[in-house]
Amino acid sequence: MSISIQDVEHVAKLARLELTEEEKAKYAEQLGAILNYAQKLNELDTENVPPTSHVLPVANVMRDDEPRPSWPIEKVMLNAPDEEDGQFRVPAVLE
Amino acid sequence: MTTTTRYETVIGLEVHVELHTKTKIFCGCSTSFGAPPNTHTCPICLGHPGVLPVVNRQAVEYAMKAAMALNCEIADVTKFDRKNYFYPDLPKAYQISQYDQPIGKNGWIDIEVNGQTKRIGITRVHLEEDAGKLTHVEGGYASLVDLNRVGTPLIEIVSEPDIRSPEEARAYLEKLRAIMLYCEVSDVKMEEGSLRCDANISLRPWGQEKFGVRAELKNMNSFRSVQRGLEYEEWRQADILDSGGEVVQETRRWDESQGKTLSMRGKEEAHDYRYFPDPDLVRIVIDEEWKARVRASIPELPDARKARYMSEYGLSSYDAGVITASKKLADLFEESLRYTKDAKAAANWIMGDLLGYLNANNLELDDVKLTGQGLGEMIGLIEKGTISGKIAKTVFKAMLETGKLPQQIVEEQGLVQISDEGAIREIVEKVVAANPQSVEDYRSGKEKALGFLVGQVMRETKGKANPALVNQLLVEVLKS
Repeated sequence: MSISIQDVEHVAKLARLELTEEEKAKYAEQLGAILNYAQKLNELDTENVPPTSHVLPVANVMRDDEPRPSWPIEKVMLNAPDEEDGQFRVPAVLE
Repeated sequence: MTTTTRYETVIGLEVHVELHTKTKIFCGCSTSFGAPPNTHTCPICLGHPGVLPVVNRQAVEYAMKAAMALNCEIADVTKFDRKNYFYPDLPKAYQISQYDQPIGKNGWIDIEVNGQTKRIGITRVHLEEDAGKLTHVEGGYASLVDLNRVGTPLIEIVSEPDIRSPEEARAYLEKLRAIMLYCEVSDVKMEEGSLRCDANISLRPWGQEKFGVRAELKNMNSFRSVQRGLEYEEWRQADILDSGGEVVQETRRWDESQGKTLSMRGKEEAHDYRYFPDPDLVRIVIDEEWKARVRASIPELPDARKARYMSEYGLSSYDAGVITASKKLADLFEESLRYTKDAKAAANWIMGDLLGYLNANNLELDDVKLTGQGLGEMIGLIEKGTISGKIAKTVFKAMLETGKLPQQIVEEQGLVQISDEGAIREIVEKVVAANPQSVEDYRSGKEKALGFLVGQVMRETKGKANPALVNQLLVEVLKS
C-alpha cells in the first residue's frame, strides 16, 4: 500500500501540521510502511470473528447522575496559555 | 413569495436537544445554566490528558426514551466514536459522538399542516457531548472560551428529507418539542439553546427524482426564524435556478436582523472527521429488559392524548390539538376534570380565557397560578348557579393572579349570584318603573328593548343576578 504526497498533505492539513517537501516525502514512505505492516492482518481468516470496537470484554460501565465538585477556577486556569476574566483567551475566531 | 409553482422544496432537519441530566455526560460536573465561566469544569471535560470519561446512565436512558418516543428501533449494542476537528470550543480536539451504531434509528413522527397529517421519517437519534461557548471580544483582537457547556449531553435527531415546505419544517420542530416535553428529557427552549436546529434545503423541478444541490442553514434561533430562513433560502435558490445558474453546496448562516442567509466562508472544504471508536469508553449493551423498563416510563404522547380528548370528551380536532401541544396545559385540563364532568366547558375556558390572558400579557403557563382544581370547581359553581358566566370571568382572572380557589374568591369579593326570586323581582319592578320608554318599546314589539332592561337589572346588581331568572321575571312583569 503506497501513500501519495497528496495523502500526506491532506492528513497534515487536517492535523494543522506544516511540513517541508522533504518531510512530506519521508512521511509518505514511513506511513506507507506502517500501513503495509498492518496489512499483514489481512492474511488472517476473520470470517467468523465479529467486528470489535474494543479489546476489553466489558460493557455497560456507567455512573449515576450525581454531581461531584468541579475544579476551583484558579486550578482550571493553571494550564491556560492566556486568560481574561476567568475565560481562556484565544486568537479571534470569526464566523 | 412561494416558489412552489416551479420547484419542489426538499428539506431535512438536524436537531440537537440538550438532555436535562444533573451532571455532564462523561463527568460529575453540574450542567446548570448561568454559572460563572469555567466554574463547572474538571480535568475530564477540560480534555486534560490521561483522564477517563465514564458515561452517565441517565443520559443513556433519556436518549433511549426520546428515541423510543420518536418510534425508533433501539440498538442492541451501541458505542461512542471520536469525531475529530479543531475548534477552540472543543478542548480535546474531538467530540465524543456516535457514528455507525446510533442509539436509535428508523423512526418517524406525524405532523399536521393545513388539516393534513403527514409522516416525517427520522433517520437516526444519537447521543453526543456539547461543545463550549465562544464570545468575541470587542475590537476583534481575541475570543474568550467558556467550557461550562462542554460535556452537556445532547441528542442529535436527523430527519429524512421528507419535509416539503418551511411550514412543514416548523410543524415538525413543534411536534418534536412537544414530544420531548412529554418525555421530560429536556426543557427544549430554543432561546436558551437547549433545542437547536440546522437545515438542509434544496429545490428540484417538479417530477424530478434526483435531489437538487443543497445548502446547509445554521443559526436559526427560534421557530419563527427557522421558517423565515427556509422561506428566504427557497426564494434565493429559485432565483438562481430561474436565471439558469447553479446552487453552490455550502453552509449559510441566517442573519435575523438582515432577514437573509449569508455564505459562511472557510467551509468550502468537505469535512473529514476521521471517526473512530473511542477507546476510553466501552460499548453499551441494551437488553430487552432495559428497553422494556425505559419504554414503560414514556407517558401518553401528544398524538394519543389528542385522539383520546376527541373521542372521550368530544373536543374538536383543533381544540384537542392546541391543548395537547403543551403537556402542562393538557395536565391542567385533565386535573380540572377531576372536579367537573363538563370537559367542553373546561376546554373552552382554557382555549378562550386562559390562552387569551397568556397571549395578551406575553406569559407562559408557569407564570400564572391557576390550578386544575380551581378551574373545575369554578365550572361547578356556574352549573350550580352560585355564580353567573359573567362573574366567572372575574373569578377566573382572580384565580390566574392569586391561585385561590373559586369558592374563596366568591366569598371574599361578595360575588355570589343572586338567585332569590323575591329580591330580583323587586329590582325588576324598579327598573321597569324607571324606564317607561323601553317598556313601551317592548310592548309595541321591539324585542331589543328587553336586552336593555336585562342590562339595567344586571347593572343594579353589579352583574350578580342570575341572568335566566332576570329574563324570566322581566317577561312576566312586562306581560302583567
